[in-house]
Amino acid sequence: MRRKETLHWVAVHSLGIAAALFFVLPFVFVFLTALMSDQQALTRDLWPKPFQWHNLIDVLNTPGFLTWWKNSLFYAVVGTLLAVTSSIPVAYALAKFKFRGRSLALMIVIATMMLPPQVVIVPMYLFWTQQLGMSGTLWPLIIPMAFGEAFTIFLLRQFLVSIPKEYVEAAKIDGCNDFKAMIRVIMPMAKPAISAVALFQFFYCWNDYFGPQIYASDNPAAWTLSYGLESFKSAHHTNWNLTMAATVLVMAPVIILFFFAQKAFIEGVTLTGVKG
Amino acid sequence: MTSFPATDEAVRIAAPAQGSLRRKRRRETLRNLAFLSPWLLGVGLFFLYPLFSTIYFSFVKYDGYTPPTLVGLRNWKYVFTDFPNFWPAMENTVWLVLIMVTLRVAFGLGIGLLITKIKTGAGLFRTAFYLPYLAPPVAATMSFAFLLNPGTGPVNNILGALGLPQPGWFNDPTWSKPALTLLAIWGIGDLMVIFMASLLDVPKEQYEASELDGAGPLRRFQHITLPNISPIIMFAVVTGIIQAMQYYTQPLVAGKVASGVIGGSGQQFEPGYPDKSTLTLPQLVYNLGFQRFDIGSASVVALVLFVLSMIFTGLLMRRRGGLLSAED
Repeated sequence: MRRKETLHWVAVHSLGIAAALFFVLPFVFVFLTALMSDQQALTRDLWPKPFQWHNLIDVLNTPGFLTWWKNSLFYAVVGTLLAVTSSIPVAYALAKFKFRGRSLALMIVIATMMLPPQVVIVPMYLFWTQQLGMSGTLWPLIIPMAFGEAFTIFLLRQFLVSIPKEYVEAAKIDGCNDFKAMIRVIMPMAKPAISAVALFQFFYCWNDYFGPQIYASDNPAAWTLSYGLESFKSAHHTNWNLTMAATVLVMAPVIILFFFAQKAFIEGVTLTGVKG
Repeated sequence: MTSFPATDEAVRIAAPAQGSLRRKRRRETLRNLAFLSPWLLGVGLFFLYPLFSTIYFSFVKYDGYTPPTLVGLRNWKYVFTDFPNFWPAMENTVWLVLIMVTLRVAFGLGIGLLITKIKTGAGLFRTAFYLPYLAPPVAATMSFAFLLNPGTGPVNNILGALGLPQPGWFNDPTWSKPALTLLAIWGIGDLMVIFMASLLDVPKEQYEASELDGAGPLRRFQHITLPNISPIIMFAVVTGIIQAMQYYTQPLVAGKVASGVIGGSGQQFEPGYPDKSTLTLPQLVYNLGFQRFDIGSASVVALVLFVLSMIFTGLLMRRRGGLLSAED
C-alpha cells in the first residue's frame, strides 16, 4: 500500500511537471529572447549571450510606448471604476428585489454578456464618431462603462443571491433604506466579489484590442498597449528581441497584479461557472 | 341593517390600507427603476438601438457617408452567395468548434483532475497552469508567432533537433488553425479553475462507497465523476462555442505577424492569412464595414453572428437544467 502511494505520488507529480513545462516554457523563451541581441535572436540559441537588459529600457524609450502605457492604464482604471460603480446597484436589484420582468432583465444581461462586440459595432461607430465627433479617442469605450457592464452585473448578482435576505431585513429594521442597506451592509460583505469583478474588468480593458482598433487606429496618441504592440512588431519586423521585450512589458502588469490578487481572481472564475 | 355600519367601517379601514399599499407599490417601482436606471439606459443606447440599426443597415446600401438607399435583400444575397470570404469563415468556425473546443475542454478537465491529485506544491502548479490565461491576447499571439515561426522559432528548432518534422504553423494553411488551437490550449486557466472547483464539489461519500464496492479508478471516473460534473462540461462546451464564434484578436494578429505586413495606418491587411485559413466571422464584419465601407454587407454578417450567438446563449439559459439560470 505504501509503495503504491509513493508510485502514485511520483506519477502525478511527473505528469504535473510535464504539463507545467508546457505552460511555463513559452514565457521563459519569450523572456530570454527579449534579452538577446538582434543577431542572436535570429539564431537557434536559447540562452542570451550576453544579457542585454537595456532592450527593455530601449522599448520603454521608443516614441509612443509610454503614451500607450498611460492610455491603457487610463482606459483600464477609469473603465473599471465606472463599470463597477454603475453595476453594483443593478446587480443588487436583480438579486434582492422581486418585480415583474426580473428574469427577463436577467436574460437580457446574459444575452448582452454573450454578444460579440462586432454585432453592434457599425452603428456604435457611426454614433460616436459622426454624431458625437469622438473619433481618435478612447471615450467611446470608456463612457459606456458608466451604464453597467453585463458581465460585472451577472457575476455580482450571482454572489449577492447567496447572501441571506435577513441581512437586508435587519438593516431595514435598524432604519436603513435599500440604498443604505446596500452600501453599509451588503457591499462590505460582497468585497471579495467586488474585487474579483474589478480585476476582470481591468483585465478586459487592458487586453482589449478590438475597441481601440475601431476608435483609435487613426490616432497613435490614443493607442493602448494591446493595440500599439502589434504596430511595434511591424516597425521592428526583423527584431524579435525588441518585439519580445515589448511583449514582456505588456504582459508584466497583469501578471504582477495577479500575484497580488490571486485569491480574488480564482474566486471570480469559480463564480462564473459553478455557482448557478 | 346592522351590517351596514360594519361594512362601512370595514371599507373605511380597508380604503387607506389599499391606498398605502398602492403607494408602497409605486415607491417600490420607483426604487427598482432607480437601481436599474444605469443599465436600462445602457441597454437601450448600446444594445437595442444599435441592434435595430444593424437590422436596418442590412437592407440598405451605405458607405457611412452618402445617404443610405434601400436595396432589399441584395446584401443578404451577396454575403451568402457571392462574398468569397463568408463560407471559408463559417468553415473555419466549424473547425474551431469541433477541434479547438473539444481539445480545450478535454485538456481543461485533464489539468483540473491533475491539480486535484497534486499534493506537493499545488499552489505553484496552479499558478503555472493559470498564468497564460492572463496574458493579453495580442501579447500571447505575438509570443506564439515567435515561438512557432518556421525559420528561427524555438519550437521548430527543438523539433528539428529531435529529428521531427517542422511545420510551417502560422504560415501554412493546414497548420495555422492547429497553431491557434495550441495557443488556445495554452490559455486554459479559466477552464482549469472551473473544473477544479466542480471536481472538489463531488461528494466524497460516493467515492468511498464505490471503493468499498471494488470499483477501479476508471469506473469511478465514469460513474461518479462524470455524472457529477456533466453540467460543467456542458457549460464549458457551450461557452467554448460562443468564444469560437467571437474569435477575433488571435487569428487576426497571428495572420498579420506571420504575413509580415507593415501595419499601422497606411497598408491594409486583408484578413485570413494564409489562404483564408484564419478568417472568422468577426473579422469579416471589420473587413466589410471598416475597410471596404460596405456597411450593408457588414451588417448582414453581424446579424448572422448575432443569431448564432443567441442560439447558443439560449442553450445556456434553458429554463430547466439551464446552465446560467435566470431563476434563483
